[in-house]
Amino acid sequence: MKLSSKWMQLAALAVLVAVLPLFFPSGYYYRVGALIFVNGLAVTGLVILIGYAGQISLGHAGFAGIGGYACALAPAHLGLPPSLSILLGAVISAVLAVLIGKPILRLRGYYLAVATLGFGILVSMVLTNERALTGGPDGMAVQGLALRKILRGWGWKLSSGEFWYILSALAMLVGVWIALNLFQSATGRAMRALHGSEVAARTVGIDVARLKLQAFVISAVYASVAGSLLALQNQFVTPDIAGFMHSIEMVTMAVLGGVGSVLGAVTGSAILTLLPQVLTVFAEYEQLVLGLVMILVMIFLPRGLLPSIAAKLKGRGE
Amino acid sequence: MDALLQFLLSGVTVGAVYALVALGFTIIYNASDVVNFAQGEFVMLGGMITVFTYQAGLPLPLAAVLAIAITSLVGVALNKLALEPARGAPVVSLIIITIGASIFIRGAAQLIFDKQLHRFPSFSGDQPIHIFGATIVPQSLWVIGGAVLVFIGLWLFFTKTLTGKAVLATANNRLAAQLVGINTGWVMTLSFALSAAIGALAGVLVTPITLVGYDVGVGLALKGFAAAMLGGMGNPKGALVGGISLGLLEALTAGYLSSQYKDAVAFIVILAVLFVMPQGLFGKSTTERV
Repeated sequence: MKLSSKWMQLAALAVLVAVLPLFFPSGYYYRVGALIFVNGLAVTGLVILIGYAGQISLGHAGFAGIGGYACALAPAHLGLPPSLSILLGAVISAVLAVLIGKPILRLRGYYLAVATLGFGILVSMVLTNERALTGGPDGMAVQGLALRKILRGWGWKLSSGEFWYILSALAMLVGVWIALNLFQSATGRAMRALHGSEVAARTVGIDVARLKLQAFVISAVYASVAGSLLALQNQFVTPDIAGFMHSIEMVTMAVLGGVGSVLGAVTGSAILTLLPQVLTVFAEYEQLVLGLVMILVMIFLPRGLLPSIAAKLKGRGE
Repeated sequence: MDALLQFLLSGVTVGAVYALVALGFTIIYNASDVVNFAQGEFVMLGGMITVFTYQAGLPLPLAAVLAIAITSLVGVALNKLALEPARGAPVVSLIIITIGASIFIRGAAQLIFDKQLHRFPSFSGDQPIHIFGATIVPQSLWVIGGAVLVFIGLWLFFTKTLTGKAVLATANNRLAAQLVGINTGWVMTLSFALSAAIGALAGVLVTPITLVGYDVGVGLALKGFAAAMLGGMGNPKGALVGGISLGLLEALTAGYLSSQYKDAVAFIVILAVLFVMPQGLFGKSTTERV
């Protein structure tokens, strides 16, 4: 049982991802699926930061923006292939996360929230204002991945939707696998100790500052890669990717599903990604419903959707 | 020199609005330890309700009073319906609840009113006043005067009245306040009503200058939040100083450096202040309890 927990979660997710397309009535659903997985990847990173280490960030869209624009700018200006641009974006995000994380992570609670929020807004402002480089608020086109053509050369003919469904799913599964591994590792346990009480964690010899920074950097890389994948599959990127609302969306997804559990976070991203699709008929009510859902879940299911439901089921079983 | 004076005047005007939003933040934060991200929506509601009741034929002063009253009720409802049931929840949950409330109010405003920008006439005409070569519209004086009056009123309320002291006592220690017979539930209601009313007042005062639309709240909330942080959370004096400084910084940046990056500089300065003084300019340092 102990061994299976991690692999069970991973297997359940993998099976779900593989079986889901059987029920897709049209190719459009592959796009929605890919979007869910990309969001799921970014949110898994936030689970490490918020759920494991107990630190908040309202600026992680900034890293998604860096990842996204790396894939737009590096191929155009440096001649880098998009696949390497993902890596470049991740490296830049990681370095930036170290630089700003060091001073910022000393702050707690609301102060940390406003500092990260400030960082995110600065990134989106640079992306909006540097028109000559980024195309300003209108955004810029992104070159597609060559991988799909290569696969076609091998006789594997995938539509763009199918291709991105598979690639995003793989990226998310890898991300989830890493996060689940981390959860059980010594580092993960130390992070959770830090979440419980910073002072107590320090007393038992945990390097609190370093751990917080690690969690921050890891989650920044997750967000950056997710941003890259988003830009590549849309073949377009606008500064909205780094905007305040995107940061809020990511944190909401994480907390909605259950920020303590990776699967919960993925559930949260599925729900919040689907919500606007379902509500397109009532587009006018979208904000109203979104706000209401956020409030109600936090009041009635404070630990998030999945953990609350799981706890209820467990209670019934015993 | 004229240009500098002009920037200072417009900076103080904008800063006064930020200060009002920050004061609203401060009151709620003091009473309930909640940072209310929906504070900007109060400003929006104040402006929007005034616009629409005024267009419906109500005289402007009456429309403004009505807007402030209705917004206060929204503030009380926010506390009763969304925050009270989640008492004791972690910071992240509270942030999400108030952001959810902000999105909800914005969505409702968009449905009830519309998506256009609106304004109503200035209180004392639009004839600019000339001061040493710089100009200021009379409405700016209303905004600045409003902020100063609210600050003095709050100061008197918190230091001279029994009710004000009850609010401070509740902020300090809710349980102890209850023990000495303070109705903390009522204090909470009062705080939210007061905070929402101040936000709505800001909206009423500034709409003739900046116009109002259903989505102006987010920007104002962020700036007000930043101003409150700059001054130190929970300190009314800090909120006033933080708000005015932020307004001045923005105006000077826009004037001398780059108008595109005026918002950026505000956040850079806040980051810098938080690095050097993690509790803000006037905040008290706290120790974590294990």
